[in-house]
Amino acid sequence: MANAIGLYFRLVSQSVRAQLQYRLSFVLTSIGGFVTTSVEALGVWALFDRFGMLGTWHLAQVAFLYGLVNSAFALSEALARGFDVFGKEFVKTGNFDRVLLRPRSTVLQLAGHEFLLHRVGRLLQGLIVLSWAIYVLDIDWNIGKALLLIFTMVSGVVFFYALFIFQATLSFWATESLEIMNTLTYGGVETAQYPLAIYRRWFRRFFTFVVPLGCISYFPTILIFGIEDPLGTSAVFQALSPLAGYLFFAGALGFWWLGIRYYTSTGS
Amino acid sequence: MPQIFVENLEKRFRVAERKAGLWGAFRGLVHRHYRDVEALHGVSFSIEPGELVGYIGPNGAGKSTTIKILSGILVPSGGHCEVNGLVPWKNRVLHVARIGVVFGQRTQLWWDLPVIESFELLRDIYRVAPVDFTRTADELIELLELSPLLDVPVRQLSLGQRMRCDLAASLIHQPDILFLDEPTIGLDAVAKLAMRSFVQRQNKERGMTVLLTTHDMDDIEALCTRLLLINHGTLLMDGTVKDLRSDERRVLVDFESVPQLNAEHAAFVREQDGNRVTFRVTGRVPEFIADITAHYRVRDLMVEHPPIEETVAELYRKGGR
Amino acid sequence: MSATTASPWRAYLAVAMTRFKMVLQYRAAAFAGFVTQLFWGFVKVMVFVAFFEASNEVQPMTFSEVLVYVWLGQGLLALLPWNVDAEIAGDIRSGGVAYELLRPLDLYGFWFARTLAFRAAPTLLRLFPMLIFAYWGLPLIGLAEWALPMPDSFASGFLFVFSVTATLALSTAFTMVMHVALMWTISGEGFNRLMPGIVPVFAGLIIPLPLFPDWLQPYLYWQPFRGLADVPFRIYSGHIPVNEALFEIAMQWVWFAVIVVFGYRLLMRARIKLVVQGG
Repeated sequence: MANAIGLYFRLVSQSVRAQLQYRLSFVLTSIGGFVTTSVEALGVWALFDRFGMLGTWHLAQVAFLYGLVNSAFALSEALARGFDVFGKEFVKTGNFDRVLLRPRSTVLQLAGHEFLLHRVGRLLQGLIVLSWAIYVLDIDWNIGKALLLIFTMVSGVVFFYALFIFQATLSFWATESLEIMNTLTYGGVETAQYPLAIYRRWFRRFFTFVVPLGCISYFPTILIFGIEDPLGTSAVFQALSPLAGYLFFAGALGFWWLGIRYYTSTGS
Repeated sequence: MPQIFVENLEKRFRVAERKAGLWGAFRGLVHRHYRDVEALHGVSFSIEPGELVGYIGPNGAGKSTTIKILSGILVPSGGHCEVNGLVPWKNRVLHVARIGVVFGQRTQLWWDLPVIESFELLRDIYRVAPVDFTRTADELIELLELSPLLDVPVRQLSLGQRMRCDLAASLIHQPDILFLDEPTIGLDAVAKLAMRSFVQRQNKERGMTVLLTTHDMDDIEALCTRLLLINHGTLLMDGTVKDLRSDERRVLVDFESVPQLNAEHAAFVREQDGNRVTFRVTGRVPEFIADITAHYRVRDLMVEHPPIEETVAELYRKGGR
Repeated sequence: MSATTASPWRAYLAVAMTRFKMVLQYRAAAFAGFVTQLFWGFVKVMVFVAFFEASNEVQPMTFSEVLVYVWLGQGLLALLPWNVDAEIAGDIRSGGVAYELLRPLDLYGFWFARTLAFRAAPTLLRLFPMLIFAYWGLPLIGLAEWALPMPDSFASGFLFVFSVTATLALSTAFTMVMHVALMWTISGEGFNRLMPGIVPVFAGLIIPLPLFPDWLQPYLYWQPFRGLADVPFRIYSGHIPVNEALFEIAMQWVWFAVIVVFGYRLLMRARIKLVVQGG
């Protein structure tokens, strides 16, 4: 196990060093990422400027969710790059065969494939929005809430990572138009950055119990805000809900291994 | 005890049928027809440790399918297979730790990294002890003359240089079986010779089992003691290179002038190009030569084996439906 | 790939058809894409429902007009110039383009045909199921209040079709610029990576353009990307009235011409660069 972790860090550091060779590109793309996400954020602000509120929710509350979810996603995108490009760079090219020919877990190899540095632009933007929201909101902070925030962020990273794995598994069956698959992940972010409460019941249920978006965004946030959940969940539920992200991750791995079985029996 | 054991290996692929035309493409959206393609029809062979076996066949014959199954990345539809006592696809991690695979067309090295760093990464991936790695790597680097290449990023290497590095990379973990899939494709003469002699040494000195797929008959003649010939998913021949040689000889004769051959001699003609005639003679070659030189004025004469390609092509044609 | 002297259009058509057929094969991806787009359509609708609930003021767009935006946006998403044709990218990277550059007009034409099919095929694949679902499917499952409204008038619907055709052309022109940009490897790839960030915003797919602050409106008017979504969608819903629609469609074509010329000029530049640098 230690060997696996060591190998992971070795692979990641290779990736980082390779990217730092192209310093200018890295800086430009990071800035680009920061700018585009900022523009999107400004879009949301523009809507609040017009409408005043989102249902019963204020801009600062939505900003908190926005910052939380986007930061977690940016980090996840950086880490899960191997899975993100899996279809294009491994299945289509046949390079996945080489992964299978190495006596290591495929997940480990893909996890270490690349750590995308320039996502730091998005990460920074997300953290800035989150910080602003924390500053504006009047939250009654304590150790528990701080820990919950960190726990939720980490669970969010795990959750989005699982989405990338899921997306990668799909490419075993359909290698074309995989960019459309990005709507899976980006759509997930967009859904989670608004309070789950504004959605219809069947939608909320799906994104709580099937694809637990709400569990890594809305529910723990309610507890941190210290307000009554309009959906009626208990504090215990809110505190524990991020665990669903880990369950989802386990499910994604199961699906992944199913995908490998399919791949090895049908050939490339 | 065979190291590689294959019995009645079968592999079927389901291929979607594409209908012609635009209307067909739309119909394909709604209703797909599939047909089964049989890539392997029950192939059986066994290989003992230390053998150097050639595996030849035309494109689409089933060579790559066999190699993929043997390396554990493809699951067969039927039949039985064991390598080093393991079923390859069922024990992937254990199995691939003991084999090396070189694909002629694709590199296993990291594109942007210097060669030596690729080697080091492989050392970590295969969990090779540092002491063993240093020893093995030094040896490989010396044998394949890789010293000047170690700090060069793989993407800057020529094909020949890259192949040598790939060969070394495949041996870092000291596998006991090496699969080579078209390793000399696109290489110049010098590179080919270097690769061949290297493979031969590894086989002879370390007793490494080698299974080589190739289209290059010179590879076969130079390296392989044993030959497996496959076409249309069926094993057509399991023998030696000698088996491919027949008693037939080609007699190339340069006549003084365009010869007027009598009917008897004309029957032996395979090719004629002005003064130069190629005869095809099986057995009693000296008599034939004496006969020809007695009847006509001959300037030069040469006797050789028919090229293996032709024999092989004949076999390809004969086998299969 | 040598165009016959007779009719290059025939060759262009053949190329377009081939690409079209290829893209049609990948129905699993199409289905999965459709389902996910449905979900995100729902998300956007519900977000706007919540926004409209919160305010009693009259907004620049009605909820009904926003609905048009959302569903047409999902249906025509693949039409946007946010990605490049992997085949063309591969051709450029492998250097096979060097020969073709000797006849840049042919190259532009061929690529244009391919790009047109590259944009059109997945769009058509996505559009019809989405339209059917948005018109009829939603009421069937009890969500009639979210269903795609009919075009504002017969004329609006008619002009919408014209506008979408212009959008296809415009989007192809943009995608062509992205293709040509790839000839400058590093900067080209960087530029192309910006596109999926910029295009949806200025086309109006993140926020419908009329909902941006008033002071931004003039700037949003004089940019070519609005022809990619904002114009056809608002023609459909009647937000752009019929008498203005013709002008807007003409503007789309004007921008199209501008971008095509720009793209072609860029291609000529690339050719010079190739000749000078040797690729």
